[in-house]
Amino acid sequence: MKARTDSVKFRGWSRREVLKLAPVALLGAFAIPRFQEPLLKAGVSFSDWASARLFRPRHLAPTFADSEVTPFARFPINGYDVDDPGVDFDAWSLTVTGSVQKPGDYRLDQFRALPKVTQNTRHVCVEGWDVIGNFGGVRLADFLNMIGADPTARYVYVECADDYYETLDMETALHPQTLLCYEMYGKPLTREHGAPLRLTIPTKVGYKQAKYLTDLRVTNIVQRYGYWEDQGYPRFYGL
Amino acid sequence: MATRSVVITNVKTGEIRDAVYEHPYLVRLCHWLNLVSLFVMIGSGLQIFRAFPSFGPKIPQRDLLDWPKAYALGGWLGGALQWHLTFMWIYIATGIVYLGYELWSGNIRQVLFRPRDISGVWPMVRHYFFFGPKPPVTEAYNPLQKQAYTSVVLLGVLSVATGFAVWKPVQFSWLAWMMGGFHWARLWHFLVMWAILAFIFGHLVMVILHGWNNFYSMLTGWKKDPEYPEQ
Repeated sequence: MKARTDSVKFRGWSRREVLKLAPVALLGAFAIPRFQEPLLKAGVSFSDWASARLFRPRHLAPTFADSEVTPFARFPINGYDVDDPGVDFDAWSLTVTGSVQKPGDYRLDQFRALPKVTQNTRHVCVEGWDVIGNFGGVRLADFLNMIGADPTARYVYVECADDYYETLDMETALHPQTLLCYEMYGKPLTREHGAPLRLTIPTKVGYKQAKYLTDLRVTNIVQRYGYWEDQGYPRFYGL
Repeated sequence: MATRSVVITNVKTGEIRDAVYEHPYLVRLCHWLNLVSLFVMIGSGLQIFRAFPSFGPKIPQRDLLDWPKAYALGGWLGGALQWHLTFMWIYIATGIVYLGYELWSGNIRQVLFRPRDISGVWPMVRHYFFFGPKPPVTEAYNPLQKQAYTSVVLLGVLSVATGFAVWKPVQFSWLAWMMGGFHWARLWHFLVMWAILAFIFGHLVMVILHGWNNFYSMLTGWKKDPEYPEQ
């Protein structure tokens, strides 16, 4: 069964079919400087939203045997952190503010007094490399509980001895593998790994795991989100 | 599958031509959307790769290759991530619409490589690469084309699966585990990209060799003067 048509009509059909592909040209908006930034921002926001939806508060990141752990000497130090932020270890304390019942300054021995957790977990850098490290410390959830933090607050915001800062969503902050880490490989944190206290979060990419913590605030509002996030990196970046 | 075909009469010269409707609208739309999103995904993916161009340890780092920045998209790691994390949704949505439509409409029979096509692959390879005789053309796609198109659809699915293993190695730890963990998933993701690039190279060569009517059919759906008899 074959239909017949004349070439003029056929040209008309063909033209209409090509025009129907016009929606593809909408992607061209990404090439226009004025639209590019807001469009990409929307795309990253959507990815962050999806990341938050995919996050399961009770799902644990894989843990590894001691034999699988990357040797300490081969645990990378990001170039950014090599500068010594000049923390005075004897005078150090973590200053807690925000929606907490017991704000104030917390010394390292107060963290050591809380139940200690040790875990072998994978540290994934946004650049693409990964290592398996041995981390020891206290659950952030336990510390938040001790200071009487409002668990319905949205964020745990931290500041560091260098100019680094970071915002963590409350769900991730309460995850059982999210640690305030004061030991790596069974020894107190070294300067370049974030002494005396850092975050280790196996459900997050590396840049969320701030080092040299000095301040912690439980809050619903943040003025700035994170050192890298404010330069265009994704905010949630859950693994 | 019933294929629409027409006889076109040129009103001025009286010339008579055949045309068959080869590519339904959604297939064409997805093809061109996919062209753009693949371009962005590969370009930004290579820029992301530049941040750590290795699949070994970080210490000591041994770079696999120094990929030139001029052939990458996004300018820096953060910029490339923005492109990658935006266009991956367009890429995935296009893939779902395409595959869903192909299965729903039965149009997938046009490209699906099946056991009966196996015997036809070698004669086509002999024809293309070793100057063998041209096998008779009986349908829109020859066995080698079906093999290529079916493979690239599978590669598309694999690119998403390996991508999710890299992006979410904790939430999709089973996916990462199937690929040997995050570290290997990253390598698989990279290799799938090269396999897709190899397909694109072959695809472009064939498009150029087959000329205008063939190319035009991906725009209008209609292929003039098909090589095969209409059903």
